[in-house]
Amino acid sequence: MADVFINEKFVGTVENPEEFVKTVKSERRKQRIPPLLNISFEKKLNDIHITTGTGRARRPLIIVEDGVPKLKEEHLKLLKEGKLSWKDLEDQGIVEYLDASEEEDAYVALADKYVTKEHTHLEISPITILGIVTSLVPYANFGQSSRLNRGSKTQKQALGLYASNYLLRMDTDVSVLQYPQVPIVQSFMHEVCKYDKHPSGQNIVIALMSHEGYNMQDAIILNEGSVKRGLARSFYFRPYSVDELRYQGGLIDEIGIPDKEVKGYRLEEDYKLLEDDGIIFPEAVVEEGNVIIGKTSPPRFLGELEEFSIAANIRRESSVTIRQGEKGVVDMVVLTENEEGNKLIQIRIRDQRTPEVGDKFASRHGQKGVIGAIIPQEDMPFTAAGITPDIIFSPHCIPNRMTISHLIEIIAGKVGALSGRFVNGSVFSAEAETDLRKELLERGFRENGTERMYNGITGEEFEANIFVGNMYYLKLKHMVANKLHARAAGRIQLLTRQPIEGRSKGGGLRLGEMEKDCFVAHGASLLLKERFDSDRTEVYVCEKCGMLAIHDSFKKKPSCPKCGGNVDIAPIEISYAFKLLYDELRSLCIYPQVKLENKY
Amino acid sequence: MAEDLIKECENRLPGKLVENLKKAIAKRPINQKQLKEVIKRLEEKYSYAKINPGEAIGIITAESFGEPGTQMTLRTFHFAGVAEANITLGLPRLIEIFDARKKASTPSMEIHLKEPYNKDETHLEKIISLIKEIKLKEVISKISINIMKLNIEIELNKKRMREIGVTDLTIIKSLKTELKSAEVNLKDDLLIIKPKPKEEELTLPTVYALKEKIKDIHIKGIEGITEILPIKKENEVILLTAGSNLKKVLEIKEVDGTTSTTNDIFEVASVLGIEAARQSIMNEAGKVIKDQALDIDIRHIMFIADLITNSGIIKGVTRSGITGEKESVLARASFETPIPQLVKASLIGEVDHLNSVVENVMVNQTVPLGTGLPNLVTKMKKEGEEPK
Repeated sequence: MADVFINEKFVGTVENPEEFVKTVKSERRKQRIPPLLNISFEKKLNDIHITTGTGRARRPLIIVEDGVPKLKEEHLKLLKEGKLSWKDLEDQGIVEYLDASEEEDAYVALADKYVTKEHTHLEISPITILGIVTSLVPYANFGQSSRLNRGSKTQKQALGLYASNYLLRMDTDVSVLQYPQVPIVQSFMHEVCKYDKHPSGQNIVIALMSHEGYNMQDAIILNEGSVKRGLARSFYFRPYSVDELRYQGGLIDEIGIPDKEVKGYRLEEDYKLLEDDGIIFPEAVVEEGNVIIGKTSPPRFLGELEEFSIAANIRRESSVTIRQGEKGVVDMVVLTENEEGNKLIQIRIRDQRTPEVGDKFASRHGQKGVIGAIIPQEDMPFTAAGITPDIIFSPHCIPNRMTISHLIEIIAGKVGALSGRFVNGSVFSAEAETDLRKELLERGFRENGTERMYNGITGEEFEANIFVGNMYYLKLKHMVANKLHARAAGRIQLLTRQPIEGRSKGGGLRLGEMEKDCFVAHGASLLLKERFDSDRTEVYVCEKCGMLAIHDSFKKKPSCPKCGGNVDIAPIEISYAFKLLYDELRSLCIYPQVKLENKY
Repeated sequence: MAEDLIKECENRLPGKLVENLKKAIAKRPINQKQLKEVIKRLEEKYSYAKINPGEAIGIITAESFGEPGTQMTLRTFHFAGVAEANITLGLPRLIEIFDARKKASTPSMEIHLKEPYNKDETHLEKIISLIKEIKLKEVISKISINIMKLNIEIELNKKRMREIGVTDLTIIKSLKTELKSAEVNLKDDLLIIKPKPKEEELTLPTVYALKEKIKDIHIKGIEGITEILPIKKENEVILLTAGSNLKKVLEIKEVDGTTSTTNDIFEVASVLGIEAARQSIMNEAGKVIKDQALDIDIRHIMFIADLITNSGIIKGVTRSGITGEKESVLARASFETPIPQLVKASLIGEVDHLNSVVENVMVNQTVPLGTGLPNLVTKMKKEGEEPK
């Protein structure tokens, strides 16, 4: 006797639960019950759960009956000939979809050869253990699983050829790597997903050593020679767009070089790149503040128009300028119309980004880091053969992260580069490390991948053997040029008079609660006050009633809203935020008095 | 002569230091000149160790807990429930201690036994049976309601009763004291309980409610202690318990009252007093920190324990506890529930003297700590005098 629940609602009981579940399943396979239904029997609770709802993740498996998979050779043959489709397999009860709860009852064989009598299902292919991106990590079975996760995550952030029609697209915040390469160490998935059509990294020479401390923590050192030869260069694209909007009363935006009388006219120099139609020309070199689309808008309020009819035609300047801190070249200018039929102009700016200190790089094993220094090639350490590495990677990144796959890829890459072939690094079926070492030895190198190296500055031989090899490196989309930010003075909020937030608006950098605590803990009170006085104001206080008073500097007369003219007032320095709180309390009919002590 | 020198420095150095100095000299005698130098250096070191005026000890303490606390959260999960009984550890426990929660989430005791019993394991079972709480449901094999007669029939588990040394008589006695409004009869191994209705007629639901109540009736042992786990620690048998009842446990004559403890701080406060509770807070917080292999100076823990207990009762670091008793209105409002704080303050016309950190940050004045502590003292304006 077991309770039966459909979509977590109790519907009744059945006498023989196991028999019942079996019947439902076989009926489903015969298509008499919808295949979207899943059923599971929980022995411990003695419950049968039937689910038909949305939002369940389900996966297909081959049905096994009495130790024999239902998918036979003949089916495969028909599939190859195209006479059988996936749908047919579903309809014939060869393949079925299980959800998480029904999976609990299933006993799934990983591959054909493991099938026994007890098995209920067979995995379609054992490669489905890993996903597409994860399968791209070479020698993944030699690494820590969490690093594998991170390795697949960084691959998604790598710059490459994200779409082959990128020249026609208007994507926001995208980059394209200039010389993408196919990795030397590949896995089966590189072939399956046609990685050579959209590669996203470059094969580089890497040395595992420290160098002047510029690669401590996770930083890496780049060879300036390699950078000059085009390593990790990319284009950054940013679209700008403008609509010629129509407003109430037949008013319309006007695209064109604005008149000098226009309200908010910029420097004449800012408009110099515009052509007669008010739009910039392709391949123009632009920098911060340049106008790329000239535009004027009608006055903001219609009321203005009627009252001051003489000045009625004063339009507002509303041109599009290059964002703060950005530069580039006009890549494409598109004139079209939007959904409402208004004129729409889109401009794509292209900016070449050569790697600089602070740009983020990663290998495919979750080893990510930023550039700590770019060192001239003549100062880089070199091997006996005269090779200078492109990247110097810190050996301290290896022990606690246990990314052995990272090390094996270096050996495999070295072998591949030396013998001019691709190395298979697929999970569980990669070329064995021992074979690679043997091949390396045959090529005249040390079998463990190390080499004698020399100090590039002094020419001295290093005492230790240095591990050098080739590996596939990814430039990630996080570049300092997009993140660098500093501010001295700038825009403030209207309400609180504190600096506004956000890099794009030139906002301030917040000294937060915990940073404040640090200042206090160090006893740096005066410094703390200085840091916090971005919204400092001077107000006058009536000494009699403690309300904020007014000092009329023109008449040189004090006045208090409560006590009138003839009072003593004193200036005090407070934050504007506190003045705001004070006023808000007053608006709530609370009378906060400011009592002054220790005058003079 | 040496004694004179030591005596002379006694009022400048703390007692413990002087004592240690005396011991050290006794071990390795030194001459007058050397002793002078030693005392000089000792005084120097001592004065360095003292806290300067204007040192922000509160924030330093908070940071000392807060910084390692961020690492603790991540590791806590792995530790729960692995060692011995399931006891809350890590950050949740630390929060529990500092917030002074009335009910500890996992009350537990560490019972030490007196001399002969703590080594000898033969008496252990007897002592455990004295302490461990036995409820009625543990000594019965069947409980049912006779719908016809509207009474409860209980079949006793004689075997289990013999094992833990409970007789029919003790059960009947405790049942009779607990159930004033019911008749209890024993008829050859069948315990029959007939509820006596007060006014209305007896209904099935009331009988059912009584049945559920009866199951939890206390038969033997100490109330609240549901589980006992004897462990061996350095040749001594210690009893770890789930549940806590310090007062009753200390009454048992085999128990060593000087070393047995509970992790329930409120119980310590009510049985042994507030000073013991302070020590208990320090011990419990120290245990968590030690478990997590963190290093926080004992003085920080002492400081918090002092703050929690200095009023004579335990007050947590919450808005209803010590944080809510801050002098400054603005500081309280900036912590939690600002609106009620401001409303209450305005109703009674509270004055904020701007003596502490937060309120001075709010009005953008120097915080009276560190470099902000010293002030220029000027002549005050006298009544009727014009400012110069």
